[in-house]
Amino acid sequence: MRTEIIERAMPWIAVVLLFVVWEIACTVFAVPEFILPKPSQVARVLVTSAGPIWFHARETLITTLIGFGVSIGVGVLLGVAVGSSRLAYRSFYPMLVGFNSVPKVAIVPVLVVWFGIGFLPAVITAFLMSFFPIAVNVATGLATVEPELEDVLRSLGAKKRDFILKVGLPRAMPYFFASLKVAVTLAFVGSVISESIASEKGIGTMMVQASADFRIPLVFAGLLVTAAMGIGMYAIFAAIERRMTGWATRRMDLEGMD
Amino acid sequence: MQASETLVDMRGVRLAFGRRNVTVAVENLDLAVRKDEFVAVVGPSGCGKSTLMKLMTGLVMPNAGTIAVNGQTVTGPLSFVGMAFQNPTLLPWRRTLANVMLPLEIVEPHRRRFRRERAAYAEQARALLKTVGLGGFADKYPWQLSGGMQQRASLCRALIHGPSLLMLDEPFGALDAFTREELWDVLQAIRARRAFTTVLVTHDLREAVYLADTVHVMSARPGRIIASYTVPFRRPRTLKSTFEPAFADLVQRIRDDIHTEREADAVAVGDDEGAA
Ligand SMILES: Nc1ncnc2c1ncn2[C@@H]1O[C@H](COP(=O)(O)OP(=O)(O)O)[C@@H](O)[C@H]1O
Ligand SMILES: [Mg+2]
Repeated sequence: MRTEIIERAMPWIAVVLLFVVWEIACTVFAVPEFILPKPSQVARVLVTSAGPIWFHARETLITTLIGFGVSIGVGVLLGVAVGSSRLAYRSFYPMLVGFNSVPKVAIVPVLVVWFGIGFLPAVITAFLMSFFPIAVNVATGLATVEPELEDVLRSLGAKKRDFILKVGLPRAMPYFFASLKVAVTLAFVGSVISESIASEKGIGTMMVQASADFRIPLVFAGLLVTAAMGIGMYAIFAAIERRMTGWATRRMDLEGMD
Repeated sequence: MQASETLVDMRGVRLAFGRRNVTVAVENLDLAVRKDEFVAVVGPSGCGKSTLMKLMTGLVMPNAGTIAVNGQTVTGPLSFVGMAFQNPTLLPWRRTLANVMLPLEIVEPHRRRFRRERAAYAEQARALLKTVGLGGFADKYPWQLSGGMQQRASLCRALIHGPSLLMLDEPFGALDAFTREELWDVLQAIRARRAFTTVLVTHDLREAVYLADTVHVMSARPGRIIASYTVPFRRPRTLKSTFEPAFADLVQRIRDDIHTEREADAVAVGDDEGAA
């Protein structure tokens, strides 16, 4: 019981420790604010500029979640298509890997040419960053069904659709939910990249402007807010994962659930 | 043997695997199974027993020879088959009851009625679970069951849709001796209640003789049937009867067949595995 409490507190303790060390280091070595601001200075900016920060953060959050929503849809469909057929797996997997290796920063200018500045390129970049792990994980879940189970189903006259709905997808769920946690943080990376290159709103834009104005504490405030949003989303999807795929971790508290 | 009572008829079947079909799994395989017969197939491991099962149920197609079931040439997976393997392959996200009911969601005509008559089907599945001694475990997840219990559930899943052909591929192979013998009697009891053709692949010769009407011995790869034995003992058989001389004698004769076969194979291949 005691160790459990300590274990739960550890992440917070670690964060506080990081800030304390950072604060002390900046003070001791007299690091100028425009090189590396102290956490206390960043915190002050977080309060004094709360209005604009919230405005931009909200924009980034919405952009990210829309892009992420699209990547869930596309990722699952792509994963099912690639994972449920050997031919599709062979044909498209290398292409997916190649596509994932392209730095998304390089794509943003192209997106701007196609869709203009602002909202749409950011959504698309968030999507492009995050659909890959989802698709790969769903495909893996589907493609690694035990051959004997496949025989059982085939000998019952199961159609491809039965196979996907009754075995493939349920089996892919732990992989899927595990990928969501990772994918949502990547979606943030995508939208912030796009905002910092071509947008008038969003945390990315705010940070680029702030650094141009030498308001480095505000840049760091932006970084912290992005990190906090990422952690928050990660935690939400980790909780959903635990709730949805308890069978994969053999949790007994599923006992009374239906 | 009358044609009308033959359920499975395999003639001159050959199947090879691998690049340019280098691994010949079975060749010149002839096997007939009568309706409602209990057939056991024994043979050294890797001789093509599992392949035989897949061929018989249309899961793979032969390179040569013919396979007919119910007088019709097999061209694809048969849909009136129940299957169980050494690995119970239960779906971990389903409770035992839902696992057992899986075939009803797939096989016609149950599939069509499933939503409407779910309660009746569930009742049927619970009753079947009770006959194998899993009455109290319908609402447990597979990981909450022991290996033997999972295998019982797997057996129920293979039987729930009333298949006319039950295929068992070393289903008791991973179980301890006590559990295995218990399951022999479970299977025997189920078959006493309802007749269906059964093909059991095993490397346990006592198991084969205890359960089957006919025991077929397969050669080393490429597999074919080299000997067939009719098991004369009356049913229901009891564990006590396995200690009678006639039983032990038959087991010994089959064992000798396999040993001869393995030695011949070892000489042919040039290793001494056959002496083991
Ligand atoms: N899908 C496959 N691809 C290639 N070789 C296979 C495949 N299935 C079986 N074999 C080979 O065919 C032979 C017979 O296999 P199997 O029927 O599984 O034997 P058994 O069940 O009697 O142990 C083995 O040598 C095995 O390696
Ligand atoms: Mg086998």
